[in-house]
Parts: sequence; structure tokens; C-alpha cells
Amino acid sequence: MDVTEILLPGVGVRYEFQTVSGARVGVVAKRDGEFDFVRYERHDPDAAETLLTLTRDEADTLAEILGAPRIVERFADLTREIPGLVSSTIDLPVGSRFDGKALGETRCRTLTGASIVAVVRGDHVIASPVPDEVLHGGDSLVVVGTTSGIEGVRHILLK
Amino acid sequence: MDAFLLELGVILLLLALLANFAGRLGLSAIPLFLLVGLLLGEGGVHELGASEEFISAAGELGVLLLLLLLGLEFSAAEFTASMRRHAPSGVVDLALNAPVGFVAGLLLGYDWQACLALAGVTWISSSGIVARLLSDLRRTGFRETPSVLSVLVLEDIAMAVFLPLLVVVLSGGTVLAAVLAVGAALGVVLVVLLASRHLGHHLGRVLGHDDDEQVLLRVLGLMLVVAGLTYLVDASAAVGAFLVGLAIPTGTAERARDVLRPLRDLFAALFFLSFGLETSPAELTPFLPAALALAVVSAFTKIGTGVYAARRDGVGPRGRVRAGAALAARGEFSIVIAELAVSAGYSEIGPLASAYVVMLGILGPLLARYADTLSRPWTPSVASASTGSGG
Repeated sequence: MDVTEILLPGVGVRYEFQTVSGARVGVVAKRDGEFDFVRYERHDPDAAETLLTLTRDEADTLAEILGAPRIVERFADLTREIPGLVSSTIDLPVGSRFDGKALGETRCRTLTGASIVAVVRGDHVIASPVPDEVLHGGDSLVVVGTTSGIEGVRHILLK
Repeated sequence: MDAFLLELGVILLLLALLANFAGRLGLSAIPLFLLVGLLLGEGGVHELGASEEFISAAGELGVLLLLLLLGLEFSAAEFTASMRRHAPSGVVDLALNAPVGFVAGLLLGYDWQACLALAGVTWISSSGIVARLLSDLRRTGFRETPSVLSVLVLEDIAMAVFLPLLVVVLSGGTVLAAVLAVGAALGVVLVVLLASRHLGHHLGRVLGHDDDEQVLLRVLGLMLVVAGLTYLVDASAAVGAFLVGLAIPTGTAERARDVLRPLRDLFAALFFLSFGLETSPAELTPFLPAALALAVVSAFTKIGTGVYAARRDGVGPRGRVRAGAALAARGEFSIVIAELAVSAGYSEIGPLASAYVVMLGILGPLLARYADTLSRPWTPSVASASTGSGG
């Protein structure tokens, strides 16, 4: 999907895209943390109707509802700020040797330095999981670390 | 003392009432504050006693805070993006709007120095009014909005060059001195921006603190020291405040903005009031026809600017008119520029600029609100032309 990003000096950033049904939709991320959702009008494609305005908290909640990919994106933001840090998701296969084992038993951080910062299970996200958190096959693990560290985690989990 | 407290309290309550009223009508409070100032004071309905001195001192702080916040809101990334896309719009903005004030000054028989101040008054849109309008009218998502905001950003940074130039010219400096002042101002802005990029984190560490009180006192103190120093070397104190705002790195700037915004609102309100106080209603009347003519012509030239800028972004005819109408409001910076001229002895600028800003401060938001209605007879609806084109 094509998302156009437009800088609004002093206000924030606007993201714009077209839905399959033909509606042209925009999201204005304002500097103060609020979000405006707008839909462009058919009779004047330059004008937009504001559908709703969300506070920072509401937008976070909506993002969580809309799904886990957003979590990865947020770590992607973080990794952009710190050179050398990257994030990735690794899917734990069903029947893996860690299926049903605690997160701590993978010893991922000890061995690679990379951290598993979130476990995405279906439409449910466990942010910052404790070592006792039991993993299940089909979980998506969000890993943050160096490139080689993440490769190491992938190696451990998929071996 | 009792009279002072009472007077100031009543004035602030009156301003609150007016700001509320303006907000309900979708107007800016700035012209109303000016009007109160014009009606009060010498020769007005009520002569202020004890509080007048305080209001005028507070007004001086208000100018500094307006410029400080302007600097704090500046972002290098947004400036370069605006420059890249809209440098020609900035030039058109200057070429269309500044001459209106300059020529009007010549026609009125003013010195060229006063004409230059008037050029600034008609040139700079009110970023405060325009930004507020766009959010009140829920136009942040509109296609023409980036071009409007880009023009404002370019005007803001142009102020950093224009104000020092004007100060030198008004104080009777030669053309050479003025050119040097502009060169120096540009140099200082560049040095400040570079320094803030490379050393900004040090400044951020010194100014930043967990405690709001500390951020408030440190940033305000630094601003006053720098503004005082720039004033001592015959530059504009306002430019000093602007530079402090520019130099503060983004993270700290965000904190400082939040902490200082209420203070800016209070002192800026008193600044508009004090500017109005300098003029009595009787002095104002002879300037009304000139101010009206100036307002009408410069509203059209601003619409022209917006049309040009929005067309560069590929916006349709209606959006172009909306962009122009949104830019038409003049406000705080026109008054800041006029105040410089008045304090340099060109007192005729005061009543003219007051009347002008009152008119465009009220007319501008109305134009922006009803832009679509006004432009409908001339602009074809695009519904039939572009259904299904999908942008």
C-alpha cells in the first residue's frame, strides 16, 4: 500500500493513503501527540472532513487494537534513534524445542545480547515479557539488538 | 497599590471575556485586545492610572516571549523542507505584500524609514492567528495546508533578517550599516543553528531539568540576558530572544514551549493592550481610511500569495483561494514591527498599524472561514470533472 508522508511545518506530519474501496484517507500526527483522522471529499479532493480526533493515549490503544505490527514499527522508531540497534520479529514454529518452555530457558540474552521485548500471540501482545513467560508455537517474538545478535536469536530459536 | 490590583484584575477579566467571545465567533482575540487598548488610556473612555506602567513593562516582555516561542517552534528540518519546496512562494510573498505597505507610506508622505516599517507590517502574516485558524476550522488535513504553513515558516525566519535591518534603518543608520546588520544577523543565525546542532546538547543539559520551575527560570533568564545584551549593541532585543529560541535543542525546546506558553499568552495580551494604549481614539480616526485601503489591498495580495503557493503544490482552484484567505490575517508580528517604528520616533505608524491589524485581524479569519463560499461563483466544482480519477 502506498502511504504518502507530508510534513506540516509547526503542526506535525500527515500520512495519506487510498483504501481499496476508493476512499482517500489521511492521518495527521500532530506535534502535541494528538491524531486527526480525515477523509478527503469527493466534490473537492483538496478539502477533508475530520472524522475524529484522538489523544495520544487513545491513539496508542487504537494502535494496539489494530494489531501487533505496530509494536514492531515502534521499536523500529527506537532503533532509528540508536545507531547499530535493529529490531526484528521471529516466529516460533509449532513443535519447536522451546514450544511450552519459559522464555528464560532460551538464554537468548545471555548468549547473544539481544532482547526479546515483546511476544505477540494472536491479537494479544505481551510487552516486556518476564523470563517465566511460557512460549507457545506460533508466537511472534519481537527482538531488539545488533544484527548479529538477532541472527543469533534466530539460530537458537529455529535450530 | 489597591487601585493597581483592582485595575489590573478588571482588565484581565475583561480580556478573558473578550477572548472567550472571540473564540466563540471563531475570531482571533488580538484585534479585540488592541481595541481595548485603544478605547482605554489617554483620551479614551477610561484613563488608566496605577497599572499603565506595569502593562507597558509587561508588554516589552510580551514581545520577547512572542519571539522566543517563535524560535522554540522553529525546526531546521521543517525550514529546509519549506525552503526546498516553497522558496519561490516566499519570494512571491515578499514581492506582493511588502510593496503595499511601502507604497502606502510613500503616498502618505512618510520618510522611507517609516515606509520600510510599514512594508514589514503588511508583509508578515500572523502565524499565531493562521495556525489557530487552521486547527479551529479543522483544516490540518487539507491539501493546501502544507503550502500555507511553509509560507509562515519562511516569513518567520525572514523576520530574523528583517528586524535587525529595520532597527538599523530606524535608528538613522546608513545603507551600508543596514547591509552590514543584515549580514551580521544572517551570520549569527547560521552560527546559532550550527552551534545548536553540534553543541546543543550542552545547552540542553544546562537548561533542561526535571523541574518545570527550573526550566522556566533558566530559559527566561537566558532570554532576558541575551535580549539585554543585543539591545546594548543597538540590535533588536526581540531578535536576541528569537536567537535564544533557535539555539535551544529540540527536546528542551519542547519542554520550554509547554512551560512558557501560558506566560507568553499573558504577556502578549498585555503587549497588544499596551500598544493600543499608546494611541487615543481621537488620534486614530484620521488614519481609518488609509488603514482600510491598506487592509483591502493587502488582503488581496496575500490571497495572491496563497494562490501561488498552493498551485505549486498542485492544489485545485478552491483550495488555492482557501490558502490565500487563510494567510490574510495580520497580527502579532505586524504590531511588533510597528512598535519598533513607534519607539524610534515614527509615532504615525502606531495608529495606522493598530487600525490595520484590528481590521485584518477580524477580516482575515472571516475570509478564511468563508473562502469556499466567496470563491464558489468563480471556481468550478471538480465533482463532475474528476470522479473516479482517484487523485
